[in-house]
Amino acid sequence: MINLFKIAIRNLIRYKRRTLLTASLITIGVVFVLVFVSITGSFKAMMIGQITDSMLGHLQIHRKGYVASIDNLPLNLNMKPQAYSKIATVLTASPQVEAFSPRLKFGGMFSNFVETTNIRLNGIYPDREFQTVPLLTSRISEGKKTLSRGEIMIPTLLAKGLGVKLGDTVVIVATNVDGSVNGKQFIVSGILESATGPGGRDGYINIEDAAEVLRMTEAEVSEVAIRLKDFSRLPAAVKQLENKVSGEVNKEARPMFEVHSWEQLSPFFNIARMIDVMTFFIKIMLIAIVLISIMNVMIMAVYERIREIGTIAAIGTLPGKIRSMFIIEGFCLGVVGAIIGDLIGIAVVLIINLVGIRFDFAQQQGLLLKATLQPSDLLTVSIIVIVVAVGASLQPAIKASKMEPIEALRHV
Amino acid sequence: MALIKAQKITKNYQTEDFIVHALQDVDFEIEPASFVSFVGPSGSGKTTILNLIGCLDKPSAGNLRIADTEVIGLARKESAAFRGKHLGFIFQDFNLIPVLTVYENIEYPLIMVQNVAPQERKERISRLLAAVDMTDQAHKYPQQISGGQKQRVAIARALVTNPALVLADEPTANLDSQTAYSVIGLMKKMRDDFGTTFIFSTHDTKIVGEAEVIFRLEDGRLTAKETKGEIKL
Repeated sequence: MINLFKIAIRNLIRYKRRTLLTASLITIGVVFVLVFVSITGSFKAMMIGQITDSMLGHLQIHRKGYVASIDNLPLNLNMKPQAYSKIATVLTASPQVEAFSPRLKFGGMFSNFVETTNIRLNGIYPDREFQTVPLLTSRISEGKKTLSRGEIMIPTLLAKGLGVKLGDTVVIVATNVDGSVNGKQFIVSGILESATGPGGRDGYINIEDAAEVLRMTEAEVSEVAIRLKDFSRLPAAVKQLENKVSGEVNKEARPMFEVHSWEQLSPFFNIARMIDVMTFFIKIMLIAIVLISIMNVMIMAVYERIREIGTIAAIGTLPGKIRSMFIIEGFCLGVVGAIIGDLIGIAVVLIINLVGIRFDFAQQQGLLLKATLQPSDLLTVSIIVIVVAVGASLQPAIKASKMEPIEALRHV
Repeated sequence: MALIKAQKITKNYQTEDFIVHALQDVDFEIEPASFVSFVGPSGSGKTTILNLIGCLDKPSAGNLRIADTEVIGLARKESAAFRGKHLGFIFQDFNLIPVLTVYENIEYPLIMVQNVAPQERKERISRLLAAVDMTDQAHKYPQQISGGQKQRVAIARALVTNPALVLADEPTANLDSQTAYSVIGLMKKMRDDFGTTFIFSTHDTKIVGEAEVIFRLEDGRLTAKETKGEIKL
């Protein structure tokens, strides 16, 4: 086998210019894919991080049917305190859960005594909310990074639109579950930048205040946001939690709760999927580049060495070995292209990080793009290149191995 | 017992318009350790008969037995294995592998065909390099040596697998007469030293005289067999 490699490498060196051109083409393809994967992957990870860590959490548990009506923020689909305590017990015992935060969500009217507009409010336990979505505090552009009873954090769009400032007194009016209306005054303690689209009208108050506005004797829970210790284990965690809460059934023996990952709750998931689709097609382009270049060079190699193939076949080289010789040439080209491409790709990613590319996302400006290459990306791209290189060599190699020595020797 | 026994060998080639009778009812026997030449004008069937003996082609009819094997019935892979075990080839254009050195060219069949152990490979190659007087050129590539030297390397490559039979199709056609004589002389010496049967084809009347047995071919028919002393130049 070593000798087959030695002969293959020497044959590649024999046609230096052609080998260099082919390897360069593969290298450029690999570099392009790696840089694309690193930038889009980092962009995607950053955006997912922003959405999950400042708003949604990694996953959420709701009462069955709540998510289907989430735009209405239905109070009649809240979890009762006893039901929530069951969820809390499960989550506290779950080793993969880092933190969780119950929220009481409702829609209300926001008034500065001059103008009134609608608002979506999240009643939260501040400490638990900040543990579950740690980037929430980074969204507080003005004011303190805590939330006490009687205080409200309002979105910047609302603050600007109504001319509300920190320390102003505002009124929240909301319809209760029985249809009556109640109101309560709050002091504006913080102004929030929005993470992305739908979060633009979300304000935060203490959950006890929310219960008071809604005239609940004990706070009910609309949703439980959950933060995992290891985000990469999200699908497994969703499945495990689904299994654990599926035992809780209502009087009609139907499941009481439903578990949703952030992917099912945020429209950004479709953008993330589009990025994945683009990455897939970029990889297809790489495959095409490798396939065409290797196939071209190997077909040429076979054509130029017909007499040589005839000679080695005549002296008794078995067809399988002749086939292997050419496949190994393609393999070596693929390996060289992949290794050099990987090295240059890593270097380009390092340069991108040294230069520091900044971009804006929603209302967040100047986000620093941290391009990262995972070993799995390098491995995947390298394996694709090598496998395609071997695949592209197969046809010419089989053709070489099937040549009749007598005809090959006659070739001029 | 004969090393090669050919009975009623016929080889026809079908072209678009007509059939070419390259060999017709050829019978011959060749003894082990003989130095044989097939001679005749162009198109007489010399190369065809060497290709058949070399298991590179199959006759249209007849029987051909080489080293106790009926070679006509061999499958493609079996033919390759048979060639690797029993036959050596010397080509008119030398056909050395350009990316391998002289040493590696000789080593090639031992690795790729016979899978001989490294120590034995080294011994065999050293012996043959000395025998063909190419020890000093062992590290050179084919493009760095002369035509005569290339043919010496080809002889060494043909012999390194210890074949029963070496086939050489016009081995001197691309060499000047002095080099041609030296190459034929070397082949004869190898026959003497290793007991290998050499069969070569030529249309060079001077070289013919070096053979010990010649078969004359004309229009695909064997017209005469001459042994040393009977050979008419």
